[in-house]
Amino acid sequence: MSEAQVLAATEAELGLAPADKPRGMFVRAWEVFAENRLALAGIGFIVFILLFCFVGPHIYFTNQTNTDLETYLCTPSGSHLLGCDDLGYDELGRLMVGGQTSLEVGLAAAFVSVVVGTLYGAISGFVGGFVDALMMRIVDAGLSLPSLMIIIILSVIFHPTPLTIVFIIAVFYWFGVARLVRGETLALRNREYVQAVKVIGGRPLRSVLRHIVPNAIGTIIVQGTFAVADSILTLSVLGFLTLGVAPPSTDWGSMLSGGLNYIQGGNYWWLIYPPGIVIILTCISFNFIGDALRDAFETRLQRR
Amino acid sequence: MALLQIEDLRTEIQLKNGVVHAVDGVSFHVDEGETLGIVGESGCGKTMTALSIMDLLPNGGRIAGGSIKLGGREITGLVPEEMRKIRGDEIGMIFQDPLSSLNPTHTVGAQIAEVVLLHREVSKKDAMDRAVEVLDLVGMPRARERVDEYPHQFSGGMRQRVMIAMALANDPKLLIADEPTTALDVTIQKQILELIDNLRQRLGMAVIMVTHDLGVIAGRADRVAVMYAGKVVETTDTAALYANPRHPYTEALFHALPEKSAETRERLYSIPGAPPDLVNPPKGCRFAPRCRYVTDRCRTEPPVLAGETSAHVYRCFFPVGQLEKTVGGQLVVTEPAPVEETVSPETAVVGDVVLSARNLVKDFPVTRGALQRRVGTVSAVAGVSFDIRKGETLGIVGESGCGKTTIGRMLVGLDKPTAGQVLFGSKDLAKSSGRQYRRERRDIQYMFQDSYASLDPRMRAGSILREPLIVQGMGSRKEQQAKIVEMLGKVGLPASWTERYPHEFSGGQRQRLGFARALLLNPQLIVADEPVSALDVSVQAQVLNMMRDLQKELGLTYMFISHDLSVVRYLSNHIGVMYLGKLVEIGTADEVYLRPAHPYTKGLIESAPTADPETERSKVHEGITGELPSAMHPPTGCRFRTRCPIAQEICATKEPELKPYGVSTRMAACHFALQPPVEATQAPVASEQVP
Repeated sequence: MSEAQVLAATEAELGLAPADKPRGMFVRAWEVFAENRLALAGIGFIVFILLFCFVGPHIYFTNQTNTDLETYLCTPSGSHLLGCDDLGYDELGRLMVGGQTSLEVGLAAAFVSVVVGTLYGAISGFVGGFVDALMMRIVDAGLSLPSLMIIIILSVIFHPTPLTIVFIIAVFYWFGVARLVRGETLALRNREYVQAVKVIGGRPLRSVLRHIVPNAIGTIIVQGTFAVADSILTLSVLGFLTLGVAPPSTDWGSMLSGGLNYIQGGNYWWLIYPPGIVIILTCISFNFIGDALRDAFETRLQRR
Repeated sequence: MALLQIEDLRTEIQLKNGVVHAVDGVSFHVDEGETLGIVGESGCGKTMTALSIMDLLPNGGRIAGGSIKLGGREITGLVPEEMRKIRGDEIGMIFQDPLSSLNPTHTVGAQIAEVVLLHREVSKKDAMDRAVEVLDLVGMPRARERVDEYPHQFSGGMRQRVMIAMALANDPKLLIADEPTTALDVTIQKQILELIDNLRQRLGMAVIMVTHDLGVIAGRADRVAVMYAGKVVETTDTAALYANPRHPYTEALFHALPEKSAETRERLYSIPGAPPDLVNPPKGCRFAPRCRYVTDRCRTEPPVLAGETSAHVYRCFFPVGQLEKTVGGQLVVTEPAPVEETVSPETAVVGDVVLSARNLVKDFPVTRGALQRRVGTVSAVAGVSFDIRKGETLGIVGESGCGKTTIGRMLVGLDKPTAGQVLFGSKDLAKSSGRQYRRERRDIQYMFQDSYASLDPRMRAGSILREPLIVQGMGSRKEQQAKIVEMLGKVGLPASWTERYPHEFSGGQRQRLGFARALLLNPQLIVADEPVSALDVSVQAQVLNMMRDLQKELGLTYMFISHDLSVVRYLSNHIGVMYLGKLVEIGTADEVYLRPAHPYTKGLIESAPTADPETERSKVHEGITGELPSAMHPPTGCRFRTRCPIAQEICATKEPELKPYGVSTRMAACHFALQPPVEATQAPVASEQVP
């Protein structure tokens, strides 16, 4: 192969071929990710809030099981850093256990809805034709239901444990994911590299799992992080409507709801701002991270 | 005084990781009424030069130095307001892609009128009248009616005419055409090029024609500037450049053209490597790393633009070609042309029939509305039969929309034929499905046109190459790895590149990777759909050489689909010519090319630009007029009759059959074939090509 020799020789001459083994994919992805300062701040906050919620209670001991009328609505002080709520629970400690529920439910609901929605959407878009039309009409129907009302009804019917709430939220959230992924699949299935799978004799499932889903990963990840934020918000709404997890468990939304009773008549700011601010910051952080992850997984933006 | 005078123009583009010196000290001039051709491979700075003149540089781009004088007036550093007055008024520009350059939400008339309204104090009605006038000028039929239509209602060629009309609306003194015909078919390309040339003469404007195709400017440019790596490396008048290129890069560009080697079938000269990185360009001659005559001096010292005569200058210490002397104002060539290295022409070993297509038909339904109501049928392929023999290459040529890609896709099973058979051995591939279909993929592989689109951007080269072996369950992991390394060597890629992603390969390397994937299953037949059409001519030569070498080495059989007749001729033993879903002519490559029997074949050959100014000039007014009719309502009788110069009444009523003409191995479907028919008694048992 004289052609090969010619090529190899020139590369050496041009100094073009540092053809050693490149660094790992995650290292390169991280480089792209790290260029986004907001996302770094987001990561920082999420790590902080995870430590706060799951490690915090082991450092900052509070009684979150029994009510205590002695500390009813006490103001922040040395023994209760953020004061106490109307049942005498320490507010800071409550923020920790409430956060556990919120984060667990948010992440789990997002995971379930993204996995279901991705597979549903990818299959619908890839198969196409009548099957696609039918599957998408189901999604249309789902999206046109007044989801919040039905979520409220379901959470009244079912005993509101964190697990049931995960499924109640996921049941409505995956429709949107499915529709987005299906749109992406329609564009991807006509790409030549998806057709190339057919040419080498691959099965349709291979096209979907190996080529369509990985190339739709940007959309999926962004949607996933939105789903985390939205699920935390939905849980907060349920909690706010006092339909969240049953006491003595709590979540950030329930805390906010409890605090609202005291918004007038007294300056009980520690019942409103702490849960409100962590909800907002957590949701924003997940959105920033999603944005940066989409770039990080774009191989074309990575350096060798 | 020259209309446009550029001196030492330097344009830089600021990127995240450095400054690209896209244009680095370019000087040239354009006189009134003349055509200057700027030619070079992609990435050599020719488009950036054009955009610098227009002050339309992309983000981060700026003119770092030098001067651009239009009619004696310096136009670099003008305030945006002043520059706006020049753009579209004194200088008009045509871009490569006419669809993305037109706004789909406005009528073409409104878009042309807008250009007039921006520069002239006229009423809307007058501007619209001007739009009709210029549309008429560029040969738009029924301009008065069509002025109210939207861009999507026009064909590609007509859209480019609209773009030209828009550029001409204010009678510019200078027209810059940036690859104006690259997206168009050769037949339309010829029409557009002739239109530009014609308008230049009638309106007395100057034209800068930017192109990568030496054939496009051969017959039309007065002078040519060859660009490489941001610099003009050679410039002179067209005849001298084509007859006697002095810079090794120019010479290499000519040698890489497949048409030069079509008759001898010798290996094409390919320029090794790739153009240099313009962030840190080489110190010496920029072409030195790829030059076959390179010396140490070239690597250290940059040559200046000079020559024996001031009319022909080049940037090289050791020029090729012949010395020139000016005798009575005429260039005289003093030495004979150098003898090119010759390789003995090979004889193809052609064996048994590998695959035969029998009456292949493919109709695509046209549906409308939510209920997918069928409103019509596009007849993409209408009864095509041919044979491919072992070890040969069958080339299929035709304009876009003629069904050549659909045929290729049917052979590899990407589309199911509406009717007809694909016989492979004793099996009919058109009928197989499921497990049997997947097993058959080992025998026929497909090479995609766009290697970038056909390689999963999220997979490394190693995974891409392993996928066919995994899918077909061939070998253990270790054996697969060994096979991949072996195959990478065959296509000329370093084995260590398995860790790279497709975007880290250059265009030619990606095409090699795509070819390696097709080869891994040891197929008997490879269908290659326009494998080199997106590549520069030097890289194209590399890929064509590789395909030929591997064909010989591995005894491969190709079906080679392309719109480029010279490429097809170079690679093919047999050529089939398609027009609107029909095979109109098929025969041995030389027979079809040198003695075409069908008027369409003749028209295609005449339309294809050749890199020879004399031939090009002599071909004016040849070629094919008009555009491809809709495949939804193909013409009755002979489908080519609407554009055929010799069509008569019978062509509309009776469809011609494929019959042998000239020699018994060549068949054509025409009532008035350009070659004498072969007597029925002499005709071979033509079972292979029953229409």
